[in-house]
Amino acid sequence: MTGALLPDAFSDLEPYAAKWCLPTERQRFAERMSSSMDEMQAFYDACFPRAEAAIAYCEKFPLDDLPEDAERLLQLLYSLVMVSFPVEAWRQPHIPDSGAAYLDLLIEPRP
Amino acid sequence: MSPVTKPAEGSWTARYPELGTEPMSYEDSISPEFYELEREAIFKRSWLNVGRLEQLPRKGSYFTKELAVASTSVVIVRGTDGEIRAFHNICRHRGNKLVWTDFPREESSGSCRQFVCKYHGWKYELDGACSFVQQEDEFFDLDKADYGLVPVHCDVWNGFIFVHLGEPSQSLTEFLGPMITALDGYPFDQQTERFSYRAVVGSNWKLFMDAFQEFYHAPILHAKQSPVAARPEVQAMGYEALHYEIDGPHRLVTSPGGKGWLMPPEALKPMETLTRSGLFGPWDAPDLGVDPLPGTNPGNAKHWGLDSFQVWPNFVILIWERGWYLTYHYWPTSYNTHVFEGNLYFVPPKNARERLAQEMAAVTFKEYGLQDANTLEATQIMLESRVVTTFPLNDQEILCRHLHKVAAEWVADYGRERAGATR
Repeated sequence: MTGALLPDAFSDLEPYAAKWCLPTERQRFAERMSSSMDEMQAFYDACFPRAEAAIAYCEKFPLDDLPEDAERLLQLLYSLVMVSFPVEAWRQPHIPDSGAAYLDLLIEPRP
Repeated sequence: MSPVTKPAEGSWTARYPELGTEPMSYEDSISPEFYELEREAIFKRSWLNVGRLEQLPRKGSYFTKELAVASTSVVIVRGTDGEIRAFHNICRHRGNKLVWTDFPREESSGSCRQFVCKYHGWKYELDGACSFVQQEDEFFDLDKADYGLVPVHCDVWNGFIFVHLGEPSQSLTEFLGPMITALDGYPFDQQTERFSYRAVVGSNWKLFMDAFQEFYHAPILHAKQSPVAARPEVQAMGYEALHYEIDGPHRLVTSPGGKGWLMPPEALKPMETLTRSGLFGPWDAPDLGVDPLPGTNPGNAKHWGLDSFQVWPNFVILIWERGWYLTYHYWPTSYNTHVFEGNLYFVPPKNARERLAQEMAAVTFKEYGLQDANTLEATQIMLESRVVTTFPLNDQEILCRHLHKVAAEWVADYGRERAGATR
């Protein structure tokens, strides 16, 4: 497939890749906060059943030498972790009772 | 019956009778005058942790630390001789901040052979010696040897770098005392995968310390983190720590919990089951090669989950049974604001599965932390109303009682010394 962001075996997740393959936590948190619950539920419902296979695919490679499409697949899994809180716990994008508080992640591992 | 055996004295608080059991005042958290005293009495008279050795990997590596509480900035550097030194971050010529990038109030880090002032180009060796003065012959009887950087006392314990802004009356290890230094040999140096969080919080620094030194709040404030089916049970169980300990100005709580791999799936979020991770960290602990882990679980609790070492005045080391740790720092910026820093440290992951488990732990940490931080502002606002001035603390809040008592004692000691000096 031309222009695909994800490995061939995960082409079913391609519709979510452009939105959710994000390299930093700051980007993933911002995307979650600006997304609707319908968008996040759809992504979660599509990705969660495929997550174990995606982890198994990514863990075949050395973490510091992931092919680009596998690294994007891993970023998609990070985003799945991010949206799991709105979807599984909060039923809303933002954290209840967190108001104007923020917590910036200044240093994080790559990938 | 409670699964935890209270001390023979009847309660944890009674074990330390000097703490008393009276309702407590929080005037120390809403008074600008008390804060001004804390700056001198506490923060200029304590060893303060400013970072870890891993932040200075090579000769010439440096980082700066803004210490608004002491109205200064310090630069910490690994010299060409490998020694770690700290200096006030000020050029001796006209007082410009020496090390900064783009924004004068922001911290910076990097690597260099010498420090060069952006203003007039004065240069300093990494040991602080002034090595170059622009147009030196224009000055009057200037001897560069008199213009080295102003040193700050600096020492390292178990990879943690501390500074002391005054004249220390105790060495760092004396200051830390036996309960903290029992951690000598704990493999902090293996846990180098770091997530570093920062926030400005609208509360007194001690109120956030209080929030993380009692877990009595956890089943209530964080109730919605549990699946709906599990919430009534979580709240009915309440919270009871396994062990409390006080050593000088420092304190410790040992807590159970977090054994997700033993819990039924309906008590877990699906993402926890998938990633085998959560608030208490990845379920599959790394082999740290040290058993038992030095200094941990000093109460020999059977269901040890974590130890939270509260290092006076503003530093916390929280060690998890699952082989990772985190630190908290609370840097006051005024009587009702502070900068909170949270750092999570893991063994570097061997593959994507381990990395994802760490991501789950880090994201969960933030979800909880944001609830805690926001609640503090609500507390600060109403404490400042002074409508109510004393507050009852229960036995699970013993460490809050201790923190405020120590703060009061240090401020009182300082006041007495100052009064003595002026007599």
